[in-house]
Amino acid sequence: MKPAPFRYHRARDVEDTTALLAELGDDAKVIAGGQSLVAMMNFRLARPAHLVDIGCLRELDHLGVGAEGELRIGALTTHHTVEISPPHKLGAGFDIIRDAMAWIGHVPIRTRGTVGGSMAHGDSTAEWCLLAVLLDAEFVAQSLRGQRRIRAREFFFGYYTTALDADEILVEIVFPRPAPHAALTEFAERRGDFAIVSAAVDLDSDGRAVHGGRVALGGVAAMPVRVQEAEAVLAAGGTFRDCAKAAAAAVDPPGDANGSTQYRKHLIRTLVERACEEAMSR
Amino acid sequence: MNDTGSLGDDVQLLTLDVNGTSCEVITSPRRTLVDVLRHNLRLTGTHVGCEHGICGACTVLVDGLPVRACLMFAAQAEGKQLTTVESLADPGTGELNDLQRAFTEHHGLQCGFCTPGFLMLAQGFLTERPEATKEEIREVVAANLCRCTGYQTIVEAIDACATARRAQRAAGTEETSCN
Amino acid sequence: MRSAKDDRLVGRAVARREDPRLLTGHGRFVDDVELPGMLHAQFVRSTVAHAALAEVDLTQVRQVPGVVAAFTAMDLDLGDITAQLGRPLTEFVPTAMPVLARDRVRYVGEPIAIVVAIDAYAAEDGLEAAKVTYETLAPVTCEDQALAPGAPLVHEEATHNTLVDVSLFATEGIDEIFDNAPCVVRVEARTGRQNALPLETRGAVAHWDGREEQLVLHTCTQVPHQVRTVASRCLRLDERAVRVIVPDMGGGFGLKCVVGREEIATAAAALRLRRPVKWIEDRKDALSASFLAREQHYTARAAFDVDGRILGLDADVVCDMGAYSCYPFTAGIEPLMASAEMSGVYKVPAYRVRGRAITTNKAPTAPYRGVSRPQYVMVVERLMERAARALGLDPVEIRRRNIITEFPYTGVNNITYDPGSYLESLNLCEQALKEAGWYGRQAAARAEGRHIGIGYSCFSERTGYGSTAFAARKMEVVPGFDLAEARMDTSGAVTVTSGTISHGQSHETTMAQIVADALHVDIAKVKLHQGDTDRITYGWGTFASRSITVGGSAVRLAAAKLGDKLRAIAAAEWGIPPEETELDRGRVRRRDDPDAVLTHEHLAETAYLKSHLLPKDIDPGLTATAAFDVFNDGTFSNATHGVVVELHEGTGQVEILAYVCVEDCGVAINPQVVEGQCRGGIAQGIAGALFEQVTYDGQGEPSATSFMDYKVPTAHEIPEVTIHHLETPCAFTETGAKGAGEGGTIGAPAAVLNAVNDALRATRVELDNTPITPETVHRALTSPALEQTP
Repeated sequence: MKPAPFRYHRARDVEDTTALLAELGDDAKVIAGGQSLVAMMNFRLARPAHLVDIGCLRELDHLGVGAEGELRIGALTTHHTVEISPPHKLGAGFDIIRDAMAWIGHVPIRTRGTVGGSMAHGDSTAEWCLLAVLLDAEFVAQSLRGQRRIRAREFFFGYYTTALDADEILVEIVFPRPAPHAALTEFAERRGDFAIVSAAVDLDSDGRAVHGGRVALGGVAAMPVRVQEAEAVLAAGGTFRDCAKAAAAAVDPPGDANGSTQYRKHLIRTLVERACEEAMSR
Repeated sequence: MNDTGSLGDDVQLLTLDVNGTSCEVITSPRRTLVDVLRHNLRLTGTHVGCEHGICGACTVLVDGLPVRACLMFAAQAEGKQLTTVESLADPGTGELNDLQRAFTEHHGLQCGFCTPGFLMLAQGFLTERPEATKEEIREVVAANLCRCTGYQTIVEAIDACATARRAQRAAGTEETSCN
Repeated sequence: MRSAKDDRLVGRAVARREDPRLLTGHGRFVDDVELPGMLHAQFVRSTVAHAALAEVDLTQVRQVPGVVAAFTAMDLDLGDITAQLGRPLTEFVPTAMPVLARDRVRYVGEPIAIVVAIDAYAAEDGLEAAKVTYETLAPVTCEDQALAPGAPLVHEEATHNTLVDVSLFATEGIDEIFDNAPCVVRVEARTGRQNALPLETRGAVAHWDGREEQLVLHTCTQVPHQVRTVASRCLRLDERAVRVIVPDMGGGFGLKCVVGREEIATAAAALRLRRPVKWIEDRKDALSASFLAREQHYTARAAFDVDGRILGLDADVVCDMGAYSCYPFTAGIEPLMASAEMSGVYKVPAYRVRGRAITTNKAPTAPYRGVSRPQYVMVVERLMERAARALGLDPVEIRRRNIITEFPYTGVNNITYDPGSYLESLNLCEQALKEAGWYGRQAAARAEGRHIGIGYSCFSERTGYGSTAFAARKMEVVPGFDLAEARMDTSGAVTVTSGTISHGQSHETTMAQIVADALHVDIAKVKLHQGDTDRITYGWGTFASRSITVGGSAVRLAAAKLGDKLRAIAAAEWGIPPEETELDRGRVRRRDDPDAVLTHEHLAETAYLKSHLLPKDIDPGLTATAAFDVFNDGTFSNATHGVVVELHEGTGQVEILAYVCVEDCGVAINPQVVEGQCRGGIAQGIAGALFEQVTYDGQGEPSATSFMDYKVPTAHEIPEVTIHHLETPCAFTETGAKGAGEGGTIGAPAAVLNAVNDALRATRVELDNTPITPETVHRALTSPALEQTP
């Protein structure tokens, strides 16, 4: 379990990175925290000819609330930094994001793994990807060709596939608005494993009644998905249980060794309801 | 025969700060941090258990935080402070530190293969969260695998060390050793 | 005074001698061995489950930068590894396991060629350049396929793909007993294929020492002398010309008590190249291509009278041993253990069993902690619970009515059980859960519609197998005895050797406790040597919970003999009979004059440096050797485990709320070490009950090649375990100790399974297969299934 040979390039800054990526083309891979990539390289499931290390790009390690109340997270910010960030940095109403960190692997993974790395990897069960889809985050990608902004709904394409081009890096992720009544929960056989199913909700509520909201699921398709049918139940003033039922009915998760379709649907019912209750208890 | 001592792919000179000492290593970039620590620097206290980040036998501190040394290339560690299990005991006398003593007192190790990983995990975690409860400690201990102990005594050892450190801080002493 | 009982070290939680080096990173594991000019090996492994090997072309491999050599079976021309049982061909079919596959591959991961390179990275580059041409054959991947008429054969010589087939006991009239019994209950159970999973994978470092004319093989094995024998035979060297050294070992659990092919191939490569060669198994190979265990299928029934007394037990056991018989135990290890011991702690008057080992195109199996006992205890304990339900009895009460209470007890299996605390442990375990309020909480939870269950398992565990017991299994290579040597140097320091080999069990501490007591010396003066075939004349290694029982007895005898010699030398100096002297705190003392003492240093000086002073009947030097063997059926440790679980409807998760273990391993040399063995064993038992499994698809591809798929439980899943000790000393081990290494693993699956089934009581579903996954529980909780009737 030793990686295949590659050439190592340590990027100095964003500009240098994009220049390297433009030059090296498809054979290059960006490494940030490397918590998924290095494991795949050790199995030789990934074998990039060039590795562009962006670990020195301190300018991408930041976290803060913008003028509109949006949360801006630099791509190189680690899960751990988010997890321990004080309320004045993370901003009111973004507790869902801080709390979701506890579900990502374990502490020694979170200290190295980065927000941008997780998004760019695009695992359908990844907490960050689910959060992005739930809150329709905006991705800021940069290349020599310039900067572009991509909404979450257009960012994730399929299994481990995103809208990022080979010459682009993710520089920032913007969560557009606070989500004071939002929560993410999931289930796996062991703590720290990739979720069999994960569920996240963002409820529109005055703290007493719910009059709408967003529901997103991970582990049920090639990428995290929003579930309109479940959101419709919330908008119509339905119960959390009915919302969860609607979510389970609306998707058709493929079964595998970690859980059949039937079981995943059962988990959806449990987890969506649980997420709604947790969201309202905030 | 290609046994020319060539390192195959392109080779680079790395300067690593390990346990407060600056070390120069000539290596190919594909070598993971754990392999460089063990085989280039001969710091064999850090172990290799799975090479995909799950078991935690290779856990070391990078800038004070626990990380998996199998999921990091040595080249990525330049400019960072690396701390391994070899740093814990007193360098002069070899005397165990309080965390190590707690492990032996609570029988927190049997074969000892996973132990350096747990020690570094706990060392990093308790530094950041000295007030950690036993439940929090259990959650963190869940980051690494042990096949011998059933984990209970590892949790108890770390909890006892944290408790003793807190008591000592409360007593106003500077020293951080537990009995 | 040292002789006072409270001064003894045996029985105390003495701090471990191993810990300082292991805690500071100064242990020396096999991957820490670094030799000048050392090369690194990896193996080209089969990518298909079953095929004839048409061609193995390593030409391209040898061109890969950094690769130094690559060898096939033809290149190395090694002898095969063949494990034998002394049974007729109708009962056992021997099969040869070549060190490298020669003309046939039988499982995904089977080693085909060894690639040696300047580092492990280049070696892996080399693997990718190998061209192997397979002529694929239909794989046999499960019991049904293996036993089907006309099935493809894994080994041509093993018709019906059966390596072992024994029918034992068959008490006369057993059929009538079942026909006439008022209550007959059945269990069909399948247990998942597991990996013993030491955190340290297998590995070896071999080099030829020209000066000593000896191949030196550092390897992490539980059986160093067995590795030496196989290496010498495969490499065609005298045993003297092979030295096996076992450094610190990162766990074994049985997986390392068989001889692996890779360490022999590594030795062969080092011999051929005359350079040190290291092989460290990576985790992917450790999960898919090393030795697995535990995939068994039981079809069992038990007859009871109306009072719940067992009348008979009738079982068919099929163990899927994978592609090869392991050396030295053979594929008989699991079926023979299950068949011989299944009646367990109960007074079973009639018994019949058929035990089979089948061969399939899966990675081969090795003994794994508990060997079959976690499985058959689970089956017997399920039968007990099922009978209790059928008869309307309390599940603890039905056990009470059947448990062995008078010792020695000779069972229907012709095994004689030495005294234990079977009933006491059961009562105490139940009492502990009652006093902790679990029965009340269960009732309250049930009223709320929650699913809390309480389950028990009672078992005993044969430990201290001597050569008599192993010979009864008809092993051709018969383990059993152990040798120890104790010697003292002129500084009064004691070196003791043992043929056992610690890999977490703390022998450096516990053996030293035994020696310190026997010799009345400071424990700091005692050093244990183990795991070196040049230092240790012979030993059987560490498995079957034999180290303290057999090895510890040999060590105690050797130390006592050394003490006798010290007394003899002192007596000679004083001119009195040795009986008038005694050992006392590093000295020999005259019984008639407590102030007259001679120190060990003084006596050692006489023995070595002034031997002219010794009487003619005393040899110079201070050494003593002793052998120990067990000539009866061994000694039985026993325990009861009690578990409380809650099943969560929303996810199907099984949460363990409480775990109590009441154990009796005789005299505990070091109670802290015993508790460590219990807790660790229980964790592995829970792992088997709820989490771990390697499955194979129809093509023979294993499911688990990473820790993502092979779900080793963490601190989050493993509960705290409350342990209570009982002590029924063994009458025939030198220390009164019984084995303590495997019980935790044996008791846990049954107790967990029973607790889960108790929690499922309202659903009428019963689960008998392991692992029980959340999805299985979810299905049980949601379907009104009636497919299994009590």
